[in-house]
Amino acid sequence: MQQKLINLLNENARLTNAQLAVMLNTTEENVKRELAVLEESGVIRGYKPLINWDKVAGDRASALIELRVSPKKETGFDSIAHTIMEFTEVESVYLMSGGFDLAVMVHGKTIQDIAMFVARRLSTLDGVLSTATHFVLTKYKEADVILSDDDRDRREYTV
Amino acid sequence: MDYQSRMNREILQVKPSGIRKFFDIANEMDNVISLSIGEPDFTTPFHVRAEGIHTLEQGKTFYSPNRGFAILREEICKWMERKYNVSYHPEAEVLVTVGGSEAIDLAIRCLVNPGDEVLIPQPSFVCYVPLTQMAEGIPVIIETKAEDKFRLTAQALREKITPKTKLLILPFPNNPTGGVMRRKDLEEIAKVVEEHDLLVLSDEIYSELTYGDTPHVCFSEIPGMRERTIVINGFSKTFAMTGWRLGFAVGPHEIIDAMTKLHQFGIMSAPTMAQYAAAEALRNGDDDIVYMREQYDMRRRLIVGALNDMGLTCFEPEGAFYVFPSIQKTGLSSEAFCEKLIHESRVAVVPGNAFGDCGEGFVRVSYSYSLKHINEALDRIHTFLKTL
Repeated sequence: MQQKLINLLNENARLTNAQLAVMLNTTEENVKRELAVLEESGVIRGYKPLINWDKVAGDRASALIELRVSPKKETGFDSIAHTIMEFTEVESVYLMSGGFDLAVMVHGKTIQDIAMFVARRLSTLDGVLSTATHFVLTKYKEADVILSDDDRDRREYTV
Repeated sequence: MDYQSRMNREILQVKPSGIRKFFDIANEMDNVISLSIGEPDFTTPFHVRAEGIHTLEQGKTFYSPNRGFAILREEICKWMERKYNVSYHPEAEVLVTVGGSEAIDLAIRCLVNPGDEVLIPQPSFVCYVPLTQMAEGIPVIIETKAEDKFRLTAQALREKITPKTKLLILPFPNNPTGGVMRRKDLEEIAKVVEEHDLLVLSDEIYSELTYGDTPHVCFSEIPGMRERTIVINGFSKTFAMTGWRLGFAVGPHEIIDAMTKLHQFGIMSAPTMAQYAAAEALRNGDDDIVYMREQYDMRRRLIVGALNDMGLTCFEPEGAFYVFPSIQKTGLSSEAFCEKLIHESRVAVVPGNAFGDCGEGFVRVSYSYSLKHINEALDRIHTFLKTL
């Protein structure tokens, strides 16, 4: 039940408790209780719409920044990651295996904004060895959802 | 030229599909939200599509053997054994067809002589009556009822048997009612079939879409039935492969041979690319089935709950992806209800009488649509009912 509830909300967080209860063959009370557990334990961290920013009026650019950093003796990569995630420009921060250490998704109004953010804020941080900035050109799919798809039903009427 | 007088007299008797009319209305209107289509809304799982692409890249663009590629027939037999505990010989007892529909047509034409009676439970899919007519057989309708969970009962079957009865069609899990036959029901039917020495065409195209704890039972698994049954199944519903046009029949050697002969002259062979893709689906598609079934099941609960709350009472469907609510308390006929609904609220559903006269008083609502789509349609139906 818990996994199915998570899957359903991951697909559409706007389903009401009543609808979720019917679909999961349980009571509204149970759904409410289960949601409270998921929220309190931090499994569910929030409910957000999935926005295709390309269709929103106004400028928005985003980039993936690869950072190589030297870990701290006591805290490893945590302290620098914590510092980086405080910036409002930063969408997500991941510690990675492979050729670099931190992957940082950043957004700003323009490419110029992002370039300045990287140059002034990120690369000057203590412990940052190098940065590589990759600007996002097109987002095809995000959080399991294909952004470019239109919703039109492509099925034809047959018999 | 007077074409009518020159055409085959049987085809002139065949009525056009009653589903079509509402499709045509829906197509002409803007902003219609449809719950009328009878095919999965999922695209074919990507690993299956990839196999199709791969066969094209390898240049496999030639005819297949008439019966279908051996590799696919073997996978079909393994699958039937694994899923339904029935065993068929891949060389002699399987025919790969262009969709389940072709297999139904072949079976009826190979078994029915002019004047033979074919028993057809209704409400059911629209093809059995016309195909029987084309074979100059006589369709004999058996009504199934909501109070029997739209199952075929032994008693109802017995009442329609005459010395001319040749073939019984078993269309379960059922389109449009969602009715499913449990093992006990099938055993009772089997007794009558044996008593009266009937043959059976079991159309099990929705076999993987049943809900609840009891899985589908294949009719040929019931003792004594294997030798009298042709089982039809296919890939359209199970693996969301409608456009690939691929189905199959399994049954007694002699009947499959006859069907293969007809298939050889009429069709030659099923599409090559589709056959390789289908073999991949049978080998590695179990998870896809589970995923799609779960999605359908959740939608089913949602739509049944909502329709019942609105006062359109539905029998809780146990298979396929349709609900078949009664609209009798609106005082409208099925067609009038559907016409009013589409014109006033822009929701398309199919009148129940398209699936047989006894479907009057019901409508077929498909839930092979996204949750968002279903919720929007339900809101509109709810508003519509308040205006009546």
